Amino acid sequence: MAKNKFAMGGFWVIVVMFSLCFILAWYCKDPNQVNLTNKFAPSSAEHWFGTDALGRDLFARILYGGQVSILVGLIATAVSVAIGIVYGSISGFAGGRTDAVMMRIVDTLLAIPFLVLVIVLQATLSDWSGDATRWIVENFKWDKEFTGRLTNIVPLFFALGLLGWLTLSRIVRAQVMSIKEREFVEAAVALGYSKARILFRHVIPNVLGPTVVYSTLTVPGFIMYEAILSFLGLGVESPNSSWGVLIKEGANFLETEVQLLLLPGLFFSLTLFSLNFLGDGLRDALDVKAAKD
Amino acid sequence: MSLLKIKNLKTYFHTRAGINRAVDDISFSIDKGEIVGVVGESGSGKSVTCHTMLGLLPQPPAKVEGGSVTFDNEELLNLPQSLLRAIRGKRISMIFQDPMSCLNPYLKILDQITEPILIHENVSRETAETRAIEMMKKVGIRDAEARARSYPHEFSGGMRQRVMIAMALVTRPDLLLADEPTTALDVTVQARILKILRSLKDDLGIAVLFVTHDLGVVAELADRVVVMYRGKIVEQGNTRDIFEKPSHPYVKGLIACRPTLDTQYEILPTVDDFLKTEIRKDGSFILSEHPDSTERLSKLKEKRTSSDKDTSPLLQVSGLQVHFQTGGGFLGEPRKTLKAVDGVDLQISSGQTLGLVGESGCGKTTLGRAILRLQKAKSGSILYDKNELNNLSQKEMINFRKRMQIIFQDPYASLNPRQTIEQTLIEPMIVHGIGSNYSNRRDQIVSLLEEVGLGPEFLLRYPHEFSGGQRQRISVARALAVEPEFIVCDECVSAMDVSVQAQVLNLLRELQEKRDLTYLFISHDLSVVKFMSDDVIVMQNGKIVESGKAQEIYHQPKSDYTKELLNAVPKVSLSK
Repeated sequence: MAKNKFAMGGFWVIVVMFSLCFILAWYCKDPNQVNLTNKFAPSSAEHWFGTDALGRDLFARILYGGQVSILVGLIATAVSVAIGIVYGSISGFAGGRTDAVMMRIVDTLLAIPFLVLVIVLQATLSDWSGDATRWIVENFKWDKEFTGRLTNIVPLFFALGLLGWLTLSRIVRAQVMSIKEREFVEAAVALGYSKARILFRHVIPNVLGPTVVYSTLTVPGFIMYEAILSFLGLGVESPNSSWGVLIKEGANFLETEVQLLLLPGLFFSLTLFSLNFLGDGLRDALDVKAAKD
Repeated sequence: MSLLKIKNLKTYFHTRAGINRAVDDISFSIDKGEIVGVVGESGSGKSVTCHTMLGLLPQPPAKVEGGSVTFDNEELLNLPQSLLRAIRGKRISMIFQDPMSCLNPYLKILDQITEPILIHENVSRETAETRAIEMMKKVGIRDAEARARSYPHEFSGGMRQRVMIAMALVTRPDLLLADEPTTALDVTVQARILKILRSLKDDLGIAVLFVTHDLGVVAELADRVVVMYRGKIVEQGNTRDIFEKPSHPYVKGLIACRPTLDTQYEILPTVDDFLKTEIRKDGSFILSEHPDSTERLSKLKEKRTSSDKDTSPLLQVSGLQVHFQTGGGFLGEPRKTLKAVDGVDLQISSGQTLGLVGESGCGKTTLGRAILRLQKAKSGSILYDKNELNNLSQKEMINFRKRMQIIFQDPYASLNPRQTIEQTLIEPMIVHGIGSNYSNRRDQIVSLLEEVGLGPEFLLRYPHEFSGGQRQRISVARALAVEPEFIVCDECVSAMDVSVQAQVLNLLRELQEKRDLTYLFISHDLSVVKFMSDDVIVMQNGKIVESGKAQEIYHQPKSDYTKELLNAVPKVSLSK
């Protein structure tokens, strides 16, 4: 992958983004410090990106928002990829009636609007989040406010991840069905390999390439969904912020204070671009053929 | 006055890996009404030559580095695309290898044949249609008026290739470029197509440039032959001269390594017995006669006369039936039963080879797979070493998987692209508990690789780094890793160049002798089957039409179908 300039560029942007959001953020200003006398301040030595409608430091808010957005993208993707690969490959490999039943379940879930499902699941998961907060604080002596923020976000991560695998499982299934017809799989049957061995050692490694590419493309999708849900007041709640929340807030002042929209938007799109390039690079790196040329 | 003249043509491909001299300084010409055969193995540059002439190569990576192509005194290489288009399809037509994918499935045959006329000539639709139907009759499509209104999927492979030829010739071109037009077809169909091409040449006076890897086809069809090797022409001349007294060692090797119906050798000669290739540092190479070629050839043993070793049958199949259900879709036609294998009996004695011949779709591959229980049989019995396999569950079958193996046709698809050769070969040993630890197994696969003619340095490479022939050796090694006694070879040399094919056939022969293997050798190629087999069965439409000793079947065929098959095989010995 080292030869692919775009992929390496993307990789480094992601690294920088990570260190900004997860390391530098701890050292900058409190993103929730309201100062109504200093709202819409231009950029200065004190407030690098200026302040927003409530006089909060925009730079700090972007970095803190990035934590949520990046985590949503990554965790939801990881969950959905894990489920999607296992579900899709079992469905495609088993074929016949098992396949038909499994795919009809997917069809049913796909027929219901995605956001409705996410909201229902998130609400269910959130019911437990109050209990979870209390349990964690009592047993682990974590900071109460921090735990509360965490349990507010986590249901969203999993609600997106637990439902986002539907399309992926269909892609994996199609790949598995074509790989399954290849002669090396038949050779494996003729050599007396067990079904599990054939599936995990011979079929799944050959479907990883397209899956990885597709999943890097889903990261931006999840970040977007988080933004939409937050816009509806169902996602990230104050005092947490996210890029989606910031863009939404910025959009209110489009005509007068355009930097409130542009700056979070810039971070957001830069991350998405980099993820896409990285995905392409990963595909090439995972493809034994392309890697050796 | 020659119609097409190629002079010092050079086409190179500029890739990241360096310059590939696909066509390197070649010259030849075609006269009016002449059939010239261009023969070569894959990668010899024969197709690139064709595509260069018509400006059909993607540039870059391809680049014409020099030379000229004159057609009817007009230089083609510098012609702008707009003028080239006027020549393509009008004065020079082309037919391709795969008739299945060259026709548009959504257009009626008639529309497709009239299209080139309507594009290139200013005639009415009616005239064009009359001419199209006339041409369909000429290429031997019976009932042309009615069939012109049907769609490509209603035509068989051979019929589609005739449609392709009709499409190419309907504009009355002066030159027809035929790029492997019969490679994908069965021998009997191929024989008919070749006959049509010959008679069309006589009728219409067109010149044909016929590109193929098959020497037999060229001998049958061409007036002159051009032999290409690694981008260069190694020999050209009259067909008769080339086949009777080839002068270049490569051509000698190429002719000798192809098994024919009269081959009497135990082991086939290979091109390496004739040719010595010296590769210089700059990538160019020198070809020369192998110094001890005569000595090497004299060592080739005469074929053993089918030794009547009295052995008990290892495999006995009786009344085997495999049926497939087709149709029955949502809106589809009613369900039909396809009887792929319809009551087959056969037996193979230990240490012998049973050849199974038949044309595509006759059920030979299904039969091989059903014997190994890779395909469920409807009824019948498979008795292997006195064990009935047909009643075993897949779990119980595992013990037999160790003893029965299969080698597939396509060495590209039959190896897992994500496993190194070492992983590929060690895995079956682990599964079947052969060898005690890693180093012990590794030693075994190193000697296994040596046995199939590959060195230990290949162990850590991936399949795509090997050529087709090498991959097939790896497939053979994998099958041998479980130390089987019976191997089904399913068209295992059909996708290969003749010189590679000879090496793999020799390898299979040697292994059989050394390990006392029993083969079921499935192929559509009668000469190859004859070379390999002690006994032969001929299959048609799921049934066996003839079976017996190889010598007998080939010399005194009893059924009409076998006779037809044998007659259709192109013969290198010239009968014209």
